[in-house]
Amino acid sequence: MLRRFLDSDFAYAFRRSPVAVISTLVVVVVVLAALLAPYLAPHNPFDLASLDLMDSLKPPVFSADGDSAFPLGTDDQGRDVLSTIMYGTRISLEVAVLAIGFSLVVGISIGLLAGYAGGAVDAVLMRIVDVQLTFPAILIALLVDGVVRALLPREMQEALEIDVIVFAIGISRWPQFARTVRGSTLIERGRDYVMAARVIGISSARIMISHILPNVLGPVLVIATLNLGLAILDEATLSFLGVGLPPTEPSLGTLIRIGNNFLFSGEWWITIFPGLTLAAMVLSINLLGDWLRDALNPRLR
Amino acid sequence: MFAFILARLLQSVPVLLAVAFISYGMFAFVGDPVTAMLGQDFTAAERQAMIHQLGLDQPFYLQYLHFLWNVLHGDFGLSYRLARPVGELIAERLPATMELAVSAAVLSLLIGVPLGVFTGINRNSALARGLMTLSLIGVSLPTFLIGILLILVFAVLLGWLPSFGRGDVVHFSHWSTGLLTSSGRRALILPAITLGMFQMTLILRLVRSEMLEVMRSDHIKFARARGLSEHAIHFHHALSNTLIPVITIVGLQLGMLIAFSIVTETVFQWPGMGLLLVQSIGVADIPVMSTYLLLIAVVFVVINLVVDLLYFAVDPRLRSQGGR
Repeated sequence: MLRRFLDSDFAYAFRRSPVAVISTLVVVVVVLAALLAPYLAPHNPFDLASLDLMDSLKPPVFSADGDSAFPLGTDDQGRDVLSTIMYGTRISLEVAVLAIGFSLVVGISIGLLAGYAGGAVDAVLMRIVDVQLTFPAILIALLVDGVVRALLPREMQEALEIDVIVFAIGISRWPQFARTVRGSTLIERGRDYVMAARVIGISSARIMISHILPNVLGPVLVIATLNLGLAILDEATLSFLGVGLPPTEPSLGTLIRIGNNFLFSGEWWITIFPGLTLAAMVLSINLLGDWLRDALNPRLR
Repeated sequence: MFAFILARLLQSVPVLLAVAFISYGMFAFVGDPVTAMLGQDFTAAERQAMIHQLGLDQPFYLQYLHFLWNVLHGDFGLSYRLARPVGELIAERLPATMELAVSAAVLSLLIGVPLGVFTGINRNSALARGLMTLSLIGVSLPTFLIGILLILVFAVLLGWLPSFGRGDVVHFSHWSTGLLTSSGRRALILPAITLGMFQMTLILRLVRSEMLEVMRSDHIKFARARGLSEHAIHFHHALSNTLIPVITIVGLQLGMLIAFSIVTETVFQWPGMGLLLVQSIGVADIPVMSTYLLLIAVVFVVINLVVDLLYFAVDPRLRSQGGR
C-alpha cells in the first residue's frame, strides 16, 4: 500500500516540488510542537507556581543579556515565550479545527437538504447563502461573537470562551460548504442508485445520509482543508481585536495582542515570535493548499 | 438598461429588509434595552414609561415597522456606552474610515498595476520571480501583523512616522480630513500601507495573469507586425484590455477594505468606525453594533449594484442578452 503510494505520480510530483516539501515540513513541525507542547515545552506557562517575576521581560538568548533557560525570552509575567507559543499554537489549532468541523456539519446538512429537496426550500436556503457570501467572513464572525457574548450571562462567559469563538468562526464559513455540497447533490440525485433506493421505499433522510453523503464528501473535504488556514487567521484576528480568547487561555492572536503593548518599550520579542509562528504556519498551509489544488487538477498536468 | 437597474434594485430590497430584521432583533432581544437606557436607579412607573416610549409594549411587527421608520429618518437609538445618538457617532467617524480606505485603494492601484505589468512582461526575470514570492507572503500575512511590523520598523526603530492616531485634522462642517496638514498626512502613511497590502498583492497577481493572457492574443501580434514600440504595445494595447477585471475586483474589494479597516484601525488606534465597532463589541453596546451592520449592508448592496452596472457598461455582450 505504502509502496504503491510512494511510486504514484502524486508522490513523484510532491518530491519534485521544493515548495511542497518545505511547507509540509513546516506544518508538521509546528503541529507536532503544538500537540506535544506538554512534553516538549521547556516550561509550563500556566503553572503559576513555577513563574518568577524576577524572570520577567528577559530578551531572547542571542541578545547580550539573554538567559539560556528562556530561548526566546520571557513576557511581563516571566512566562517563557517559546512555551507560550507552543501552548498558544495548540489552542489556535484546536479552535480552527473545531470551527471548520462545525462549519462542515452545518454546511453539509444545509447543502444536502437544499440539493435533495429542491424547489422552494432550495431557493430560500441558497438565497441565504448568497446574502451571507456578500459580507466578509471576518465581519460576520466579529458580530456573531459580540452578540453571543452579550446574550450569555456573565458567569458563563469565561467557561464558554472557546465555544463562543468556535461558533462565531463556524457560522461565518458554512455557506461555501453548503454551496459545494448542494451542487454535487443535485447531480447525485438524478443517478440510478438514488432512484433505486427511492423505489424500494427508503426514507428521504436515510437516502441523503447513507447514500448521497458518501458520494459528495470528497470535494467539500478538500475545500475544508484549504479553509483551515483562513480559520486560523480568523481566530488570531478576533483574539488580536480583544474579542477572542483571554490572556488566561492565550492563542497566538492573544499573545500578539499582549506583546503589542510592549513594542514601544523595546520588548519586541513578546509579539514578533508568536507573529512569525502564525505567519509561517498560515503561509505553509496556503502554499500546500495551492500546490494540492494544482496537483489534483488533471488539466494542469 | 432601465429594466435591468430596476430589477437589481428590487432584488436588493429583501436583502436589506432581512439585514434590518437581524439588526432589529439584536436591538430588541439582546441585553435589556430598558435597563441600559435608564441606568441603575428607576421606579416601576419610570420603567413602564420607558417601555412605552421605546414601543416595547406593542406587537412585534409594529415594533419592527417602527424601527424601520426610525432608521429611515436617521434615528438609530442611543449608544449604551457613550449615551449619545449612534447616527451622530458614526457620522463623526465616517470621514476617518473613508479617508483610510480610499487612500489604501489608491495606493494599491498605483503600486499594484505597474508591478503587475512588469511581472507579466518579464515573467522569467529574477526580479519578477522575487516579486511573486513576496506577493504570496503579502497574501498570507495577517493584516495586524503587517501593521505591527511596520510600527516596529518605522515608528519604534527608525522613528520616522507616528504609530497611532490621525494627526491634526481640518474640519469642514460635517467632514474632517487629515490630508491638509503634514502631521495628518504622515499619520496616514503606515495605516494606508497596512490596509492596502492585501489589495496590492491581489491586483499585482490579477494584472500579471491578465497580461500573460492578453500578450498571447492576435491583436498584440498585429500591433507588433505594425512595428509599434514595445512600450506602446504594453501600456496601450495590452494594459487597457486588462483593466476591465481589475476595475471590478477593486470595486468589490472596496467593501473588504472597509471590513478590514476594523483591524487596521485597532492596530493604529485610528479614530474611525472600525475602532468604534471593536470598542462597542467589548462592552456589548448593541445599538452601535446593529447600526454598523445596517450601514455595512447598505454599502455592500450599493457596491454590488455599481459593479453590476460597470459590467453592463463595459461589456457590450451583456447589453444584447440581459437588457431586455
